[in-house]
Amino acid sequence: MDEDKNFTPFKGRILREGSDAPRAPARRHRLSTRLWHWANVLVLLVMAMSGLMIFNAHPRLYWGAYGANDDPAWLEFGAWTDNAGANHGGITLLGHTVETTGIFGLSRGSDGQELALAFPGWMTLPSTYDLALARSWHLSFAWGLALGLAAYLLWSLINGHIRRDLHITLAEWSPRSIARDVVDHLRFRFHDDGYGVLQKLAYAGVLFGLLPLMIASGLALSPGMDAVAPWLLDVLGGRQSARSLHFLGLCGIVLFVVVHLAMVMASGPVNQLRGMITGWRREGGRP
Amino acid sequence: MISRPTLSRRGLIAGGGLLLSGCDRIVRQPTIEGWVEGAAGLHRPAQRLLLGRDALAREFREADMSPTFRSNGNTEGDASWAAHAADGFARWSLRVDGLVKRPLDLPLTALKAMTQRRQITRHDCVEGWSAIGQWQGPQLEQVLAMAGLMPTARFVVFHCADKTGEDPYYESIDLVDAFHPQTILAWAMNGRELPLEHGAPLRLRVERQLGYKQAKYVMRVEVRDTLAGLYGGKGGYWEDVAGYQWYGGI
Repeated sequence: MDEDKNFTPFKGRILREGSDAPRAPARRHRLSTRLWHWANVLVLLVMAMSGLMIFNAHPRLYWGAYGANDDPAWLEFGAWTDNAGANHGGITLLGHTVETTGIFGLSRGSDGQELALAFPGWMTLPSTYDLALARSWHLSFAWGLALGLAAYLLWSLINGHIRRDLHITLAEWSPRSIARDVVDHLRFRFHDDGYGVLQKLAYAGVLFGLLPLMIASGLALSPGMDAVAPWLLDVLGGRQSARSLHFLGLCGIVLFVVVHLAMVMASGPVNQLRGMITGWRREGGRP
Repeated sequence: MISRPTLSRRGLIAGGGLLLSGCDRIVRQPTIEGWVEGAAGLHRPAQRLLLGRDALAREFREADMSPTFRSNGNTEGDASWAAHAADGFARWSLRVDGLVKRPLDLPLTALKAMTQRRQITRHDCVEGWSAIGQWQGPQLEQVLAMAGLMPTARFVVFHCADKTGEDPYYESIDLVDAFHPQTILAWAMNGRELPLEHGAPLRLRVERQLGYKQAKYVMRVEVRDTLAGLYGGKGGYWEDVAGYQWYGGI
Protein backbone atom coordinates (compact mmCIF):
# COMPACT_ATOMS: atom_id res chain seq x y z
CA MET A 1 0.00 0.00 0.00
CA ASP A 2 1.59 3.28 -1.13
CA GLU A 3 0.34 5.28 1.83
CA ASP A 4 2.68 3.34 4.07
CA LYS A 5 5.68 5.06 2.53
CA ASN A 6 7.11 7.69 4.87
CA PHE A 7 4.23 7.03 7.17
CA THR A 8 4.69 8.41 10.66
CA PRO A 9 1.59 7.68 12.61
CA PHE A 10 0.21 9.83 15.36
CA LYS A 11 2.54 12.76 14.87
CA GLY A 12 1.29 15.44 17.14
CA ARG A 13 1.28 16.60 20.68
CA ILE A 14 -0.63 15.94 23.84
CA LEU A 15 -3.95 17.64 23.76
CA ARG A 16 -4.49 20.38 26.31
CA GLU A 17 -7.60 22.37 27.11
CA GLY A 18 -7.41 25.75 25.45
CA SER A 19 -4.45 24.80 23.34
CA ASP A 20 -3.89 27.09 20.40
CA ALA A 21 -1.78 24.60 18.54
CA PRO A 22 -1.70 24.80 14.75
CA ARG A 23 -4.33 22.63 13.10
CA ALA A 24 -2.48 20.99 10.28
CA PRO A 25 -4.09 17.74 9.13
CA ALA A 26 -2.31 14.60 10.31
CA ARG A 27 -2.34 11.07 9.04
CA ARG A 28 -4.24 9.02 11.58
CA HIS A 29 -5.39 5.58 10.39
CA ARG A 30 -4.15 3.34 7.60
CA LEU A 31 -6.51 2.14 4.90
CA SER A 32 -6.30 -1.44 6.24
CA THR A 33 -7.32 -0.25 9.71
CA ARG A 34 -10.21 1.80 8.35
CA LEU A 35 -11.52 -0.97 6.13
CA TRP A 36 -11.32 -3.51 8.93
CA HIS A 37 -12.91 -1.13 11.41
CA TRP A 38 -16.01 -0.40 9.30
CA ALA A 39 -16.37 -3.97 8.09
CA ASN A 40 -16.34 -5.03 11.74
CA VAL A 41 -19.07 -2.56 12.64
CA LEU A 42 -21.36 -4.51 10.30
CA VAL A 43 -19.97 -7.99 10.94
CA LEU A 44 -19.96 -7.72 14.75
CA LEU A 45 -23.45 -6.20 14.78
CA VAL A 46 -24.83 -9.08 12.70
CA MET A 47 -22.87 -11.66 14.71
CA ALA A 48 -24.09 -10.25 18.04
CA MET A 49 -27.74 -9.88 17.03
CA SER A 50 -27.99 -13.28 15.33
CA GLY A 51 -26.06 -14.80 18.24
CA LEU A 52 -28.62 -13.48 20.71
CA MET A 53 -31.38 -15.10 18.64
CA ILE A 54 -29.48 -18.39 18.75
CA PHE A 55 -29.13 -17.99 22.53
CA ASN A 56 -32.91 -17.49 22.72
CA ALA A 57 -33.34 -21.12 21.57
CA HIS A 58 -31.82 -22.36 24.83
CA PRO A 59 -31.24 -19.50 27.29
CA ARG A 60 -29.23 -21.50 29.84
CA LEU A 61 -25.47 -21.77 30.26
CA TYR A 62 -23.41 -24.55 31.82
CA TRP A 63 -19.83 -25.54 32.55
CA GLY A 64 -18.33 -28.80 31.33
CA ALA A 65 -18.93 -31.09 28.36
CA TYR A 66 -22.70 -31.57 28.68
CA GLY A 67 -25.63 -29.47 29.88
CA ALA A 68 -29.37 -29.59 29.23
CA ASN A 69 -32.58 -28.73 31.04
CA ASP A 70 -32.08 -31.17 33.91
CA ASP A 71 -28.52 -30.04 34.59
CA PRO A 72 -27.65 -27.06 36.81
CA ALA A 73 -27.16 -23.82 34.84
CA TRP A 74 -24.97 -20.97 36.13
CA LEU A 75 -26.93 -18.44 34.10
CA GLU A 76 -30.53 -18.68 33.02
CA PHE A 77 -33.01 -16.31 31.40
CA GLY A 78 -36.62 -17.15 32.17
CA ALA A 79 -40.25 -16.06 32.51
CA TRP A 80 -42.83 -16.89 35.15
CA THR A 81 -46.40 -16.06 36.15
CA ASP A 82 -47.22 -14.77 39.65
CA ASN A 83 -50.28 -15.65 41.77
CA ALA A 84 -52.20 -12.68 40.39
CA GLY A 85 -51.66 -14.00 36.86
CA ALA A 86 -49.14 -11.35 35.78
CA ASN A 87 -46.12 -12.45 33.74
CA HIS A 88 -42.55 -11.58 34.68
CA GLY A 89 -39.13 -12.03 33.14
CA GLY A 90 -35.81 -12.39 34.88
CA ILE A 91 -32.21 -13.50 34.88
CA THR A 92 -30.93 -16.08 37.37
CA LEU A 93 -27.19 -15.82 37.94
CA LEU A 94 -25.65 -18.43 40.27
CA GLY A 95 -29.03 -18.96 41.92
CA HIS A 96 -29.91 -15.28 42.40
CA THR A 97 -32.81 -14.00 40.33
CA VAL A 98 -33.07 -10.40 39.18
CA GLU A 99 -36.34 -9.29 37.64
CA THR A 100 -35.91 -7.82 34.17
CA THR A 101 -39.53 -7.76 32.92
CA GLY A 102 -39.87 -5.87 29.64
CA ILE A 103 -36.34 -6.53 28.43
CA PHE A 104 -34.86 -9.91 29.36
CA GLY A 105 -36.97 -13.04 29.79
CA LEU A 106 -40.25 -11.34 28.97
CA SER A 107 -40.79 -8.61 26.40
CA ARG A 108 -43.46 -7.41 24.00
CA GLY A 109 -43.56 -8.14 20.30
CA SER A 110 -44.33 -5.46 17.68
CA ASP A 111 -48.05 -6.26 18.10
CA GLY A 112 -47.81 -5.62 21.85
CA GLN A 113 -48.17 -9.26 22.82
CA GLU A 114 -46.07 -10.56 25.70
CA LEU A 115 -43.36 -12.96 24.58
CA ALA A 116 -41.19 -15.21 26.73
CA LEU A 117 -37.85 -14.57 25.04
CA ALA A 118 -34.42 -14.28 26.65
CA PHE A 119 -33.48 -11.31 24.46
CA PRO A 120 -36.23 -9.05 23.03
CA GLY A 121 -36.90 -8.83 19.29
CA TRP A 122 -35.28 -5.41 18.91
CA MET A 123 -31.93 -6.91 19.94
CA THR A 124 -32.05 -9.97 17.70
CA LEU A 125 -31.67 -10.88 14.05
CA PRO A 126 -34.23 -11.68 12.77
CA SER A 127 -36.56 -9.86 15.17
CA THR A 128 -39.02 -12.76 15.50
CA TYR A 129 -38.00 -16.23 16.61
CA ASP A 130 -36.21 -18.07 13.78
CA LEU A 131 -33.26 -20.21 14.87
CA ALA A 132 -32.50 -21.55 11.38
CA LEU A 133 -32.27 -18.11 9.77
CA ALA A 134 -30.27 -16.68 12.67
CA ARG A 135 -27.82 -19.58 12.31
CA SER A 136 -27.42 -18.96 8.59
CA TRP A 137 -26.59 -15.29 9.23
CA HIS A 138 -24.31 -16.11 12.14
CA LEU A 139 -22.43 -18.87 10.33
CA SER A 140 -22.03 -16.94 7.08
CA PHE A 141 -20.81 -13.72 8.75
CA ALA A 142 -18.46 -15.84 10.86
CA TRP A 143 -16.38 -16.29 7.70
CA GLY A 144 -16.08 -12.51 7.44
CA LEU A 145 -15.06 -12.18 11.08
CA ALA A 146 -12.46 -14.96 11.01
CA LEU A 147 -10.94 -14.25 7.58
CA GLY A 148 -11.06 -10.50 8.23
CA LEU A 149 -9.25 -10.86 11.55
CA ALA A 150 -6.64 -13.18 10.05
CA ALA A 151 -5.98 -10.83 7.12
CA TYR A 152 -5.85 -7.76 9.35
CA LEU A 153 -3.46 -9.35 11.86
CA LEU A 154 -1.19 -10.56 9.05
CA TRP A 155 -1.18 -7.18 7.31
CA SER A 156 -0.66 -5.34 10.61
CA LEU A 157 2.35 -7.55 11.27
CA ILE A 158 3.77 -6.83 7.83
CA ASN A 159 3.16 -3.07 7.79
CA GLY A 160 4.37 -2.58 11.34
CA HIS A 161 1.06 -1.48 12.89
CA ILE A 162 1.40 -4.01 15.68
CA ARG A 163 5.04 -3.20 16.46
CA ARG A 164 4.70 0.56 16.13
CA ASP A 165 1.25 1.31 17.51
CA LEU A 166 0.06 -1.60 19.62
CA HIS A 167 3.26 -2.91 21.18
CA ILE A 168 3.31 -1.99 24.87
CA THR A 169 6.84 -1.02 25.88
CA LEU A 170 8.44 -2.04 29.15
CA ALA A 171 8.23 1.57 30.35
CA GLU A 172 4.49 1.64 29.61
CA TRP A 173 3.91 -1.47 31.71
CA SER A 174 5.19 0.34 34.82
CA PRO A 175 2.51 1.04 37.43
CA ARG A 176 3.37 4.73 37.30
CA SER A 177 2.75 4.97 33.58
CA ILE A 178 -0.53 3.06 33.87
CA ALA A 179 -1.62 5.20 36.84
CA ARG A 180 -0.80 8.36 34.88
CA ASP A 181 -2.92 7.17 31.96
CA VAL A 182 -5.82 6.36 34.30
CA VAL A 183 -5.61 9.86 35.81
CA ASP A 184 -5.43 11.40 32.32
CA HIS A 185 -8.58 9.53 31.33
CA LEU A 186 -10.38 10.63 34.50
CA ARG A 187 -9.48 14.24 33.66
CA PHE A 188 -10.68 13.74 30.08
CA ARG A 189 -7.21 14.45 28.77
CA PHE A 190 -6.53 12.30 25.75
CA HIS A 191 -3.34 11.50 23.94
CA ASP A 192 -2.86 12.71 20.45
CA ASP A 193 0.63 11.25 20.14
CA GLY A 194 -0.15 7.63 19.65
CA TYR A 195 -2.19 5.26 21.71
CA GLY A 196 -1.96 5.45 25.50
CA VAL A 197 -1.20 2.32 27.48
CA LEU A 198 -4.88 1.74 28.41
CA GLN A 199 -5.88 2.20 24.79
CA LYS A 200 -3.23 -0.27 23.67
CA LEU A 201 -4.40 -2.76 26.31
CA ALA A 202 -8.00 -2.43 25.12
CA TYR A 203 -7.20 -2.79 21.41
CA ALA A 204 -4.67 -5.59 21.92
CA GLY A 205 -7.09 -7.32 24.29
CA VAL A 206 -9.77 -7.36 21.59
CA LEU A 207 -7.40 -8.23 18.71
CA PHE A 208 -5.38 -10.94 20.42
CA GLY A 209 -7.79 -11.97 23.19
CA LEU A 210 -11.52 -11.52 22.72
CA LEU A 211 -11.88 -12.00 18.96
CA PRO A 212 -9.69 -15.14 18.82
CA LEU A 213 -11.63 -16.45 21.85
CA MET A 214 -14.92 -15.87 20.05
CA ILE A 215 -13.68 -17.71 16.96
CA ALA A 216 -12.19 -20.62 18.93
CA SER A 217 -15.19 -21.03 21.25
CA GLY A 218 -17.56 -20.70 18.28
CA LEU A 219 -15.73 -23.43 16.38
CA ALA A 220 -15.79 -25.66 19.47
CA LEU A 221 -19.61 -25.61 19.31
CA SER A 222 -19.46 -27.38 15.96
CA PRO A 223 -19.55 -31.20 16.28
CA GLY A 224 -17.65 -31.44 12.99
CA MET A 225 -14.86 -29.12 14.17
CA ASP A 226 -14.66 -31.05 17.44
CA ALA A 227 -13.76 -34.12 15.40
CA VAL A 228 -11.16 -32.10 13.43
CA ALA A 229 -9.65 -30.44 16.50
CA PRO A 230 -10.55 -32.23 19.75
CA TRP A 231 -7.89 -30.14 21.53
CA LEU A 232 -10.28 -27.18 21.25
CA LEU A 233 -12.50 -28.95 23.78
CA ASP A 234 -9.56 -29.63 26.09
CA VAL A 235 -8.40 -26.02 25.98
CA LEU A 236 -11.89 -24.59 26.57
CA GLY A 237 -13.10 -27.19 29.08
CA GLY A 238 -15.81 -28.93 27.04
CA ARG A 239 -18.53 -27.84 24.63
CA GLN A 240 -20.85 -26.28 27.19
CA SER A 241 -17.94 -24.39 28.75
CA ALA A 242 -17.10 -23.16 25.25
CA ARG A 243 -20.70 -21.98 24.88
CA SER A 244 -20.47 -20.12 28.21
CA LEU A 245 -17.15 -18.54 27.18
CA HIS A 246 -18.67 -17.58 23.81
CA PHE A 247 -21.40 -15.70 25.70
CA LEU A 248 -18.97 -14.08 28.16
CA GLY A 249 -16.75 -13.09 25.21
CA LEU A 250 -19.74 -11.29 23.71
CA CYS A 251 -20.24 -9.45 27.02
CA GLY A 252 -16.57 -8.41 26.79
CA ILE A 253 -17.00 -7.13 23.24
CA VAL A 254 -20.15 -5.20 24.16
CA LEU A 255 -18.27 -3.63 27.10
CA PHE A 256 -15.40 -2.70 24.75
CA VAL A 257 -17.79 -1.11 22.23
CA VAL A 258 -19.56 0.89 24.95
CA VAL A 259 -16.28 2.23 26.37
CA HIS A 260 -14.89 2.79 22.86
CA LEU A 261 -17.93 4.87 21.85
CA ALA A 262 -17.81 6.81 25.14
CA MET A 263 -14.12 7.61 24.52
CA VAL A 264 -14.86 8.72 20.95
CA MET A 265 -17.61 11.00 22.24
CA ALA A 266 -15.37 12.40 24.97
CA SER A 267 -12.34 13.01 22.75
CA GLY A 268 -14.03 14.86 19.88
CA PRO A 269 -16.32 12.60 17.87
CA VAL A 270 -16.22 14.63 14.63
CA ASN A 271 -12.43 14.60 14.43
CA GLN A 272 -12.29 10.92 15.44
CA LEU A 273 -14.87 9.97 12.82
CA ARG A 274 -13.02 11.98 10.19
CA GLY A 275 -9.86 10.11 11.14
CA MET A 276 -11.49 6.70 10.82
CA ILE A 277 -13.26 7.55 7.53
CA THR A 278 -10.68 9.61 5.61
CA GLY A 279 -7.56 8.56 7.44
CA TRP A 280 -6.74 12.19 8.17
CA ARG A 281 -7.64 14.32 11.10
CA ARG A 282 -6.86 17.71 12.51
CA GLU A 283 -3.84 17.82 14.65
CA GLY A 284 -3.44 19.35 18.06
CA GLY A 285 -6.92 20.55 18.83
CA ARG A 286 -10.55 19.73 19.19
CA PRO A 287 -12.58 19.92 16.00
CA MET B 1 -42.38 14.43 35.60
CA ILE B 2 -43.25 10.75 35.80
CA SER B 3 -44.92 10.58 32.41
CA ARG B 4 -41.99 12.13 30.52
CA PRO B 5 -39.60 9.20 30.53
CA THR B 6 -42.52 6.91 29.65
CA LEU B 7 -43.35 9.07 26.67
CA SER B 8 -39.78 9.24 25.45
CA ARG B 9 -39.46 5.52 25.96
CA ARG B 10 -42.53 4.99 23.82
CA GLY B 11 -40.99 7.21 21.15
CA LEU B 12 -37.84 5.16 21.32
CA ILE B 13 -39.78 1.91 20.96
CA ALA B 14 -41.71 3.26 17.95
CA GLY B 15 -38.43 4.41 16.35
CA GLY B 16 -36.85 1.08 17.11
CA GLY B 17 -39.83 -0.68 15.59
CA LEU B 18 -39.38 1.20 12.32
CA LEU B 19 -35.69 0.36 12.22
CA LEU B 20 -36.57 -3.22 13.06
CA SER B 21 -39.10 -3.72 10.28
CA GLY B 22 -36.58 -2.23 7.82
CA CYS B 23 -33.95 -4.61 9.13
CA ASP B 24 -36.23 -7.63 8.83
CA ARG B 25 -37.16 -6.63 5.30
CA ILE B 26 -33.49 -6.94 4.39
CA VAL B 27 -32.93 -10.07 6.46
CA ARG B 28 -35.88 -11.87 4.90
CA GLN B 29 -35.27 -10.69 1.33
CA PRO B 30 -35.04 -13.92 -0.74
CA THR B 31 -31.88 -12.93 -2.68
CA ILE B 32 -30.04 -11.96 0.50
CA GLU B 33 -31.34 -15.04 2.29
CA GLY B 34 -29.93 -17.06 -0.62
CA TRP B 35 -26.47 -15.48 -0.29
CA VAL B 36 -26.39 -15.92 3.45
CA GLU B 37 -27.49 -19.56 3.28
CA GLY B 38 -25.00 -20.16 0.48
CA ALA B 39 -22.14 -18.71 2.52
CA ALA B 40 -23.21 -20.73 5.57
CA GLY B 41 -23.23 -23.79 3.28
CA LEU B 42 -19.46 -23.35 2.72
CA HIS B 43 -18.92 -24.97 6.10
CA ARG B 44 -19.58 -28.44 4.68
CA PRO B 45 -16.83 -28.40 2.02
CA ALA B 46 -14.51 -26.60 4.45
CA GLN B 47 -15.06 -29.14 7.22
CA ARG B 48 -14.80 -32.03 4.76
CA LEU B 49 -11.46 -30.65 3.61
CA LEU B 50 -10.23 -30.56 7.21
CA LEU B 51 -12.01 -33.67 8.47
CA GLY B 52 -11.14 -36.25 5.95
CA ARG B 53 -13.53 -39.16 5.92
CA ASP B 54 -12.67 -40.87 9.17
CA ALA B 55 -11.85 -38.25 11.85
CA LEU B 56 -13.71 -39.48 14.93
CA ALA B 57 -16.05 -37.60 17.21
CA ARG B 58 -14.81 -37.64 20.80
CA GLU B 59 -15.81 -40.67 22.84
CA PHE B 60 -16.25 -40.37 26.59
CA ARG B 61 -16.01 -42.56 29.68
CA GLU B 62 -19.05 -43.86 31.54
CA ALA B 63 -18.31 -41.39 34.34
CA ASP B 64 -18.77 -38.50 31.87
CA MET B 65 -22.35 -39.40 30.95
CA SER B 66 -25.28 -37.04 31.57
CA PRO B 67 -27.31 -38.09 34.66
CA THR B 68 -30.46 -37.62 32.56
CA PHE B 69 -30.52 -37.62 28.77
CA ARG B 70 -33.15 -35.20 27.56
CA SER B 71 -35.54 -36.60 24.95
CA ASN B 72 -36.42 -34.09 22.27
CA GLY B 73 -38.65 -33.68 19.26
CA ASN B 74 -41.39 -36.27 18.85
CA THR B 75 -41.54 -38.83 21.63
CA GLU B 76 -43.69 -41.43 19.88
CA GLY B 77 -44.41 -42.81 16.41
CA ASP B 78 -47.62 -43.26 14.45
CA ALA B 79 -50.40 -45.88 14.95
CA SER B 80 -48.60 -48.73 13.19
CA TRP B 81 -45.49 -47.96 15.27
CA ALA B 82 -47.63 -48.07 18.42
CA ALA B 83 -48.86 -51.55 17.46
CA HIS B 84 -45.24 -52.74 17.07
CA ALA B 85 -44.29 -51.06 20.35
CA ALA B 86 -47.11 -52.93 22.11
CA ASP B 87 -45.48 -56.30 21.36
CA GLY B 88 -41.92 -55.15 21.90
CA PHE B 89 -41.12 -54.81 18.16
CA ALA B 90 -41.05 -58.63 17.90
CA ARG B 91 -42.65 -58.59 14.41
CA TRP B 92 -41.00 -55.35 13.28
CA SER B 93 -38.27 -55.24 10.67
CA LEU B 94 -36.08 -52.56 9.08
CA ARG B 95 -36.65 -52.14 5.35
CA VAL B 96 -33.49 -51.39 3.32
CA ASP B 97 -34.21 -50.49 -0.30
CA GLY B 98 -33.73 -47.94 -3.08
CA LEU B 99 -30.52 -48.09 -5.12
CA VAL B 100 -29.34 -51.38 -3.63
CA LYS B 101 -28.69 -54.75 -5.26
CA ARG B 102 -30.45 -56.78 -2.55
CA PRO B 103 -33.35 -55.08 -0.75
CA LEU B 104 -33.52 -56.30 2.87
CA ASP B 105 -35.97 -56.72 5.71
CA LEU B 106 -33.94 -56.95 8.90
CA PRO B 107 -35.71 -57.88 12.12
CA LEU B 108 -34.36 -56.50 15.39
CA THR B 109 -32.81 -59.91 16.19
CA ALA B 110 -30.77 -59.73 12.95
CA LEU B 111 -29.54 -56.22 13.76
CA LYS B 112 -28.57 -57.39 17.27
CA ALA B 113 -26.72 -60.42 15.84
CA MET B 114 -24.46 -58.29 13.64
CA THR B 115 -21.07 -57.04 14.87
CA GLN B 116 -21.87 -54.30 17.36
CA ARG B 117 -20.28 -50.93 18.01
CA ARG B 118 -20.74 -49.31 21.40
CA GLN B 119 -19.83 -45.64 21.83
CA ILE B 120 -20.29 -42.95 24.47
CA THR B 121 -20.71 -39.70 22.60
CA ARG B 122 -22.04 -36.18 23.02
CA HIS B 123 -25.38 -35.31 21.43
CA ASP B 124 -25.51 -31.62 20.46
CA CYS B 125 -28.91 -30.09 19.86
CA VAL B 126 -29.10 -27.25 17.32
CA GLU B 127 -30.67 -25.21 20.15
CA GLY B 128 -27.43 -25.30 22.11
CA TRP B 129 -27.72 -27.99 24.80
CA SER B 130 -25.64 -31.19 24.95
CA ALA B 131 -26.11 -34.59 26.56
CA ILE B 132 -23.68 -37.50 26.76
CA GLY B 133 -24.99 -41.03 26.37
CA GLN B 134 -23.98 -44.52 25.34
CA TRP B 135 -25.23 -46.01 22.08
CA GLN B 136 -24.97 -49.51 20.65
CA GLY B 137 -25.83 -51.10 17.33
CA PRO B 138 -24.39 -52.29 14.01
CA GLN B 139 -22.48 -49.84 11.85
CA LEU B 140 -24.62 -48.54 9.00
CA GLU B 141 -21.73 -49.56 6.72
CA GLN B 142 -22.42 -53.24 7.48
CA VAL B 143 -26.09 -52.95 6.62
CA LEU B 144 -25.28 -51.10 3.39
CA ALA B 145 -22.63 -53.69 2.50
CA MET B 146 -25.20 -56.51 3.00
CA ALA B 147 -27.61 -54.76 0.65
CA GLY B 148 -24.90 -53.76 -1.84
CA LEU B 149 -24.99 -50.20 -3.22
CA MET B 150 -25.64 -49.50 -6.89
CA PRO B 151 -23.02 -47.27 -8.59
CA THR B 152 -25.43 -44.31 -8.72
CA ALA B 153 -25.98 -44.27 -4.93
CA ARG B 154 -25.20 -40.86 -3.34
CA PHE B 155 -27.46 -40.40 -0.31
CA VAL B 156 -28.90 -42.53 2.45
CA VAL B 157 -32.38 -41.49 3.59
CA PHE B 158 -33.92 -42.51 6.93
CA HIS B 159 -37.71 -42.72 6.91
CA CYS B 160 -39.19 -42.47 10.40
CA ALA B 161 -42.42 -43.46 12.14
CA ASP B 162 -42.92 -40.12 13.91
CA LYS B 163 -45.04 -37.38 12.39
CA THR B 164 -45.65 -33.71 13.05
CA GLY B 165 -49.22 -33.18 11.90
CA GLU B 166 -49.24 -34.95 8.53
CA ASP B 167 -45.51 -34.53 7.88
CA PRO B 168 -43.40 -37.60 8.59
CA TYR B 169 -39.90 -37.14 10.00
CA TYR B 170 -37.05 -38.08 7.72
CA GLU B 171 -33.37 -37.33 7.45
CA SER B 172 -30.54 -37.99 5.03
CA ILE B 173 -26.75 -38.11 4.96
CA ASP B 174 -24.18 -38.50 2.21
CA LEU B 175 -22.02 -41.59 1.73
CA VAL B 176 -19.02 -40.09 3.56
CA ASP B 177 -21.04 -39.97 6.77
CA ALA B 178 -22.92 -43.20 5.96
CA PHE B 179 -19.63 -45.13 5.85
CA HIS B 180 -18.08 -43.36 8.86
CA PRO B 181 -17.10 -45.88 11.56
CA GLN B 182 -19.15 -44.11 14.25
CA THR B 183 -22.33 -44.01 12.16
CA ILE B 184 -24.48 -46.74 13.69
CA LEU B 185 -28.11 -47.85 13.81
CA ALA B 186 -28.56 -47.87 17.58
CA TRP B 187 -31.09 -50.21 19.21
CA ALA B 188 -29.58 -49.75 22.72
CA MET B 189 -28.96 -46.66 24.80
CA ASN B 190 -27.12 -46.43 28.13
CA GLY B 191 -26.94 -50.23 28.34
CA ARG B 192 -30.68 -50.86 27.82
CA GLU B 193 -32.99 -51.30 24.84
CA LEU B 194 -33.63 -47.90 23.27
CA PRO B 195 -36.41 -46.21 25.33
CA LEU B 196 -39.61 -45.36 23.42
CA GLU B 197 -39.09 -41.60 23.79
CA HIS B 198 -35.55 -41.88 22.38
CA GLY B 199 -36.71 -43.51 19.15
CA ALA B 200 -37.28 -47.25 19.73
CA PRO B 201 -36.71 -49.62 18.10
CA LEU B 202 -33.90 -47.99 16.10
CA ARG B 203 -32.29 -44.58 15.74
CA LEU B 204 -29.45 -43.21 13.67
CA ARG B 205 -26.27 -41.96 15.33
CA VAL B 206 -24.20 -39.78 13.00
CA GLU B 207 -21.82 -38.39 15.55
CA ARG B 208 -20.20 -35.48 13.71
CA GLN B 209 -23.52 -33.73 13.14
CA LEU B 210 -26.20 -32.00 15.23
CA GLY B 211 -29.18 -33.58 16.96
CA TYR B 212 -31.78 -33.10 14.23
CA LYS B 213 -29.75 -35.43 11.97
CA GLN B 214 -30.01 -38.28 14.55
CA ALA B 215 -33.29 -39.66 13.15
CA LYS B 216 -35.40 -41.59 15.69
CA TYR B 217 -37.99 -44.32 14.98
CA VAL B 218 -36.14 -45.41 11.80
CA MET B 219 -38.42 -47.74 9.79
CA ARG B 220 -36.78 -47.70 6.40
CA VAL B 221 -33.35 -46.95 4.97
CA GLU B 222 -33.56 -45.80 1.36
CA VAL B 223 -30.51 -45.33 -0.85
CA ARG B 224 -30.96 -42.57 -3.46
CA ASP B 225 -29.06 -40.67 -6.11
CA THR B 226 -30.76 -37.35 -5.31
CA LEU B 227 -32.76 -35.70 -2.54
CA ALA B 228 -34.90 -33.82 -5.06
CA GLY B 229 -38.45 -35.09 -5.35
CA LEU B 230 -38.55 -36.42 -1.81
CA TYR B 231 -40.99 -34.44 0.39
CA GLY B 232 -39.75 -30.82 0.35
CA GLY B 233 -36.58 -31.82 -1.48
CA LYS B 234 -34.16 -30.45 1.12
CA GLY B 235 -33.23 -33.80 2.61
CA GLY B 236 -34.88 -33.64 6.00
CA TYR B 237 -38.00 -32.69 7.95
CA TRP B 238 -36.48 -29.64 9.65
CA GLU B 239 -34.64 -28.66 6.49
CA ASP B 240 -37.98 -28.64 4.63
CA VAL B 241 -40.23 -26.97 7.20
CA ALA B 242 -37.90 -24.52 8.93
CA GLY B 243 -34.87 -23.96 6.69
CA TYR B 244 -32.23 -25.68 8.81
CA GLN B 245 -28.98 -26.41 6.96
CA TRP B 246 -28.84 -29.93 5.52
CA TYR B 247 -25.27 -30.30 6.74
CA GLY B 248 -25.51 -30.35 10.53
CA GLY B 249 -21.78 -30.42 11.24
CA ILE B 250 -21.78 -26.87 12.60
